[in-house]
Amino acid sequence: MRLMPWLHCLRGVVGRELLRFLHQRSRFLAALVRPLVWLFVFAAGFRMALGVAMTEPYQTYILYEVYIVPGLVGMIQLFNGMQSSLSMVYDREMGSMRVLLVSPFPRWYLLLCKLLASTLVSVVQVYVFLAIAWWYGIQAPPLGYLWILPALLVTGFMVGSLGLLLSTFVRQLENFAGIMNFVIFPMFFLSSALYPLWRIREGSYLVYQIAALNPFTQAVEMIRFALYERVNLEAILISVVVTLVLLGLAILGYNPSRGMMARKGGGGD
Amino acid sequence: MSGPLASESGALPRRGEGDLALQVSDLSFAYGDTPVLEAVSLAIPAGEFAVLLGPNGAGKTTLFSLITRLHDRRRGEIRIGGFDVRRQAVQAHARIGVVFQQPTLDLDLSVAQNLAYHGALHGMAPRQARARAEAQLARVGLAEQRRTRVRQLSGGQRRRVEIARGLLHAPRLLLLDEPTVGLDIASRRDLVEHAHRLCREEGVAVLWATHLIDEVRPGDRVLVLHRGRLLADDRAEELIARLGVDTLGEAFDRLVAEGEAPCA
Repeated sequence: MRLMPWLHCLRGVVGRELLRFLHQRSRFLAALVRPLVWLFVFAAGFRMALGVAMTEPYQTYILYEVYIVPGLVGMIQLFNGMQSSLSMVYDREMGSMRVLLVSPFPRWYLLLCKLLASTLVSVVQVYVFLAIAWWYGIQAPPLGYLWILPALLVTGFMVGSLGLLLSTFVRQLENFAGIMNFVIFPMFFLSSALYPLWRIREGSYLVYQIAALNPFTQAVEMIRFALYERVNLEAILISVVVTLVLLGLAILGYNPSRGMMARKGGGGD
Repeated sequence: MSGPLASESGALPRRGEGDLALQVSDLSFAYGDTPVLEAVSLAIPAGEFAVLLGPNGAGKTTLFSLITRLHDRRRGEIRIGGFDVRRQAVQAHARIGVVFQQPTLDLDLSVAQNLAYHGALHGMAPRQARARAEAQLARVGLAEQRRTRVRQLSGGQRRRVEIARGLLHAPRLLLLDEPTVGLDIASRRDLVEHAHRLCREEGVAVLWATHLIDEVRPGDRVLVLHRGRLLADDRAEELIARLGVDTLGEAFDRLVAEGEAPCA
């Protein structure tokens, strides 16, 4: 097959997602306010209670606000990934998923385009958030902001694939609130986003074990290290492998002869 | 003229079947244990207007979902312009245009942006997509509204945009799934007329699903689908004559009543 049509398809899907994002200012605002509230209110309040002693990749004793920024970056991507899968359930009910899927391109490619599009939207959100954090005084090395880009792409694909996979199980929008509660909150709270793992271990060994196994922890650590121009190979490897597995399952889920499309049909009569 | 993917290399259509825009052979499908379509066979040549007539729940949307391969755990064969939708999915898909039952335009994007998105999904370069969008919009009388947000259009206008979108990549077959739902009488008439014109002037085959008998015009081919089975496949007048009734409505009632009678 010639290459150009494939690129046109990619450009079209990504362009549509960005356009829609620009039109939904309230969504952008919500995506930004959420982590900022955590940063300005939650972290400021906990600053007294939770100083974070020197721990990798930080070189000095750091303020709690500094610690949670990478976790909040992960949170932005997690919410965005879930939101875009929610919009896929919505799209499926509304039929625009059908518009995407009747394209002659193979389904795996269309889903990859869709995932890349939602990931890029989350990357935009992350950089705006980091700019505000910078202005607030939480400043990482300048090159670190470049280093995190690949980490953001991997994380975006990870949570996006998870969302896509979930969207194959959820039939209607109403069921999605439950998924949000059962996926977003445990993933976020049972990770190293808010507290370092060693701190969690002091509190509860069980929670520590769960947090250590949580792939979101690995994604957050990958981002944290990258932001300080460091490479956490273990976190990267686990994140990439988890992403590939989730992606494979999600694509399988959208296979016309196997996945949810076959089980549930597209609605209608 | 056709979309850039229509000419992708691959096996050629079976000899002699290229003239058939749609060919469905012995198609059966079930959700779990519930049969939805049973041994449906039909063929629509290029340039023909065929009405798929059936009450709600007859299996019309399912048939469309199988043709567009939204799902495909089925028995039987479906070919578009001679290409098998399963084995030659790229070529087959490139030849189908669809107007879905629910509206599927992005309300917050402009008409042109919606069409550009569709063009990209068919692998078109922006310039090519723009030129075709302009031509199709002119055809449905919406050239002026190119930059208008879809939200500001009336229901009838939105449907026409969807038809323009369905034809953007110059398909051989246009599927319309109850496209007149929610439209006023004048818009409905315009839409039916427009679809007929497409058949006449462009040689596009149209499969028009509806439960509204008054959308059938004299000369249309009528396929009556009821409970997943094809009960009739004939010209409207011939169907009326064959059953010895006065109107298509009566013919339809008769067929449905016969279809429901217990098998001897």
